[in-house]
Amino acid sequence: MEPQRELIRIEGVTKRFGHIVAVDEVNATIRENEFFALLGPSGCGKTTLMRLLAGFETPDAGRLLLDGRDLVGVRPYRRPLNMMFQSYALFPHMTVFDNIAYGLRQEGAGRGEIERRVADALALVQLTGFGRRRPHQLSGGERQRVALARALVKRPKVLLLDEPLAALDRKLRVEMQLELKRLQDTVGITFLIVTHDQEEALVMADRVAVMDRGRILQVATPDELYEAPNSRFVASFIGESNIFIGRLSIAGDTATLVGERATWSVAPGAPGRVGLANGAWAAIVVRPERLHLERLESAVPFDRQTMDAGALNRVDGVVGDVVYLGSTRKYVVELSDGSRALSRVQVGQRGDDLTPGTRVSTTWAIKHGVLVPAEAASSGSGAGTGALG
Amino acid sequence: MRVSPLDPGRWLGAHLGLVLLFLYLPIAVLIALSFNDSGLPTAWTGFSTRWYESVVTDEKILGSAANTIIIGAISTIIATAIGTLLALGLERLTNNALLDGLVFVPGIIPDIVLAIALLSFYNLVFTGLLGLKLGLWSVIVAHAVFNITFVTAIVRTRLRHFDISIEEASLDLGANEITTFRRITLPIILPGVIAAALVAFTLSVDEFVVAFFTAGTTITFPIQVYSMIRFGGTPEINAIATVVVFVSFVLILASQRLTREQV
Amino acid sequence: MDDVLAPAPAPAARRPVQEGSMGRTFRRLVLLGPGLAWWLVFLVVPLLVVLAYSFFHRGTYGGVVFDFTLDNYVRALDPLYLNVLWFSLRVAVITTMVALLIGYPAAYFIATRPRRWRTPLLILIILPFWTSFLIRTYAWIVLLNREGLINRSLMGLGIIDQPLPLLYNEFAIVIGLVYGYLPLMILPLYAAIERLNPELREAATNLGARPIKVFFTLTVPLTLQGIVAGCIFVFVPSLGNFIVPDLLGGGRSIMVGNLIQGQFLKARDWPFGATLALVLIALMLVLLVVQARIINRDRPAGADAS
Repeated sequence: MEPQRELIRIEGVTKRFGHIVAVDEVNATIRENEFFALLGPSGCGKTTLMRLLAGFETPDAGRLLLDGRDLVGVRPYRRPLNMMFQSYALFPHMTVFDNIAYGLRQEGAGRGEIERRVADALALVQLTGFGRRRPHQLSGGERQRVALARALVKRPKVLLLDEPLAALDRKLRVEMQLELKRLQDTVGITFLIVTHDQEEALVMADRVAVMDRGRILQVATPDELYEAPNSRFVASFIGESNIFIGRLSIAGDTATLVGERATWSVAPGAPGRVGLANGAWAAIVVRPERLHLERLESAVPFDRQTMDAGALNRVDGVVGDVVYLGSTRKYVVELSDGSRALSRVQVGQRGDDLTPGTRVSTTWAIKHGVLVPAEAASSGSGAGTGALG
Repeated sequence: MRVSPLDPGRWLGAHLGLVLLFLYLPIAVLIALSFNDSGLPTAWTGFSTRWYESVVTDEKILGSAANTIIIGAISTIIATAIGTLLALGLERLTNNALLDGLVFVPGIIPDIVLAIALLSFYNLVFTGLLGLKLGLWSVIVAHAVFNITFVTAIVRTRLRHFDISIEEASLDLGANEITTFRRITLPIILPGVIAAALVAFTLSVDEFVVAFFTAGTTITFPIQVYSMIRFGGTPEINAIATVVVFVSFVLILASQRLTREQV
Repeated sequence: MDDVLAPAPAPAARRPVQEGSMGRTFRRLVLLGPGLAWWLVFLVVPLLVVLAYSFFHRGTYGGVVFDFTLDNYVRALDPLYLNVLWFSLRVAVITTMVALLIGYPAAYFIATRPRRWRTPLLILIILPFWTSFLIRTYAWIVLLNREGLINRSLMGLGIIDQPLPLLYNEFAIVIGLVYGYLPLMILPLYAAIERLNPELREAATNLGARPIKVFFTLTVPLTLQGIVAGCIFVFVPSLGNFIVPDLLGGGRSIMVGNLIQGQFLKARDWPFGATLALVLIALMLVLLVVQARIINRDRPAGADAS
């Protein structure tokens, strides 16, 4: 894949509302033709950041570069970006046609051109023939597509989407996710989407920026975010995870995490990569699919052929709940050190038939444990909570 | 809440019926009397429109009606313009509860207080210093004072349901602030503005006390009616009353429909 | 039906955008300026003039002599005027109480109807209010007269022999005021009752309270804001009313409004009239402060319980 050109550069952008710092010295780069997501819980600053890009807010500090040009101070109507609003914001007193044509008229386009481009836009969102209708006659999904068409017809360099799927019901949401992806491929412009739904972000985006409290914690592909989160927050925000907390003990090449009632091996070199020193508080993040359960009495380590005992971490426990999820089983395990862990198994593989009350040995490969920094004060007494994501 | 067939519901319903009877009986009586040939409540001597003819041909009445319509129209235009701007300002630009409350004061101040205050002020400043006599303008200004409050209140209610992201969308699509106001904001709030204007017009046309004090020698329609009532009630008053009631009802119902309507 | 003007799952309330080229101050000036300026010049200043006049004298030919004095205030305490004030207060209070007693059940009934009946009923209630106050009061002259409709009907039905003196007394004034301002009582009551969470009533009933008890311990306290608002909307205009006592009160029953009018238009003693007006304003302010207190006291606890 050819390296994509940088389109947007956000440099040290800060925005305050009174005492609240909504966006805190944020830096990020967004590439051309990328489907980029700003993901985070409400209040994390993602919407503010988008509005800063659109021009509805002015940053207190920093630069917003689009194609090398600083947008700060440029009014929204002069920016080559367009936005699809969360409430769709269709003009209720105009027809669908006039809604879509509005932006073109502001550009001074001629009548013929307007008719052509509006027709194209309607076709793009599969609403051909809806031109004469009014917003109140449309369903939620149709309104959204009009909002999309209205923004896209202007051929902006970037399309901003503010929580586009939040108002849709489940089925529509899934459809729209694919639809948006398809649209972006067809139209070939950069999409920047703001969402609090991690599933959405992971399904649609090429890269995701996870935000919390005004800061970007990690920017990576969905894959990387899932397999290699760089912090507890990202680990627990994305998908489910098991989290084991303790103090790092580094002796030469080997590293271990010393929890309150258990000790786990850490992949060699991991502390160095994450910048953690001996004695630092840290956490190991293990995804449920990497956590394997084996009946205690059968005493056969999982997949012995491919791993030796030395490369595994192991804790004993008892199966608490079993959740049947169609093609997978999810087990909630009460570990011997008092904490709980989550394990997932595909139906048809070993271990898919465990029942509550079964005593199990819980193992995971050391290399599948991601090391992230942790604060001692958080989540109980650092008792290796095995926190469920 | 579900309508239950319990007794309390029926009693309350009867009570409301009586209340409505109370509210409408006097009006109904006036309407009936206006068509009574004798014009008196003592006896019904036959259906007749003579009182209406009498009213329509009375120059004094027509003159005062003209004055009142002019006053109504101009004070409404002023109040609607100022009130709409005020509503936009209060809804969008400030968050001050005190200011919100103060805006209602001109509407609830007793009319006699407003009347004498303006009379004193006019007398001191305009008549005293500038030598102007009181007339249509002094009433127009006075009516605008309280009408601004009503316009602001009505337009603000409309603004509350206004999704401001529509304006942002307009800006985003390339229109500047003025174009956005012209093509998006104004058309959408227009029904509310017109409804407010109708209310203001009705209030101005019916207003007596303030006009009584500030009109100088000019006679407005309510002032005319007042002297007719005060100095020997004539049957024409019933006809006038019916017309006024009818016109007010029409204006207010129109105003209602405008605020109901979703664009 | 979907309301296109209402936002979908609303984003957290934020201060709307008004930044940019126009400047916040300029915008403020353009939008708020005209209204506030108009009121400053044509309301605040005139009221200040009234305040000032109260400290001056009436001139020989009816003008104002700018000679500082407190005579007007002393004179206002004369029993002659105090009686009128007392009478006005009494009438206003009675009117408010009557309006409340009549209005509350009416508002309650409307608020408990199916949604689609509520607006038409409210419109029916408020419609008379929009016609000329003068004319509506005049109607009562016709009704309450010795030869008026009510007397004639009662005599016709044989209930009374002689016509009752229904007009030109306190009774007529109260009727006229209640008639004029009843819609103003019903509307805020309706708003408050309508906002009540019906589940509260169901919870209370579930816990064993009978309807009457529920009403007095739950409904009334929770609609207090509406009650207070309605009372003030009726009390204030009733207290300072001029038309009703003038048309329905006869020469003997006069209220503060008539006093003020007399001073300004007949006796031409503007300073004294101003003093009386200030007494009225003072009373009104006291009431508004009391109302504000009641509203604020309830607010933190979320009195509208919705």
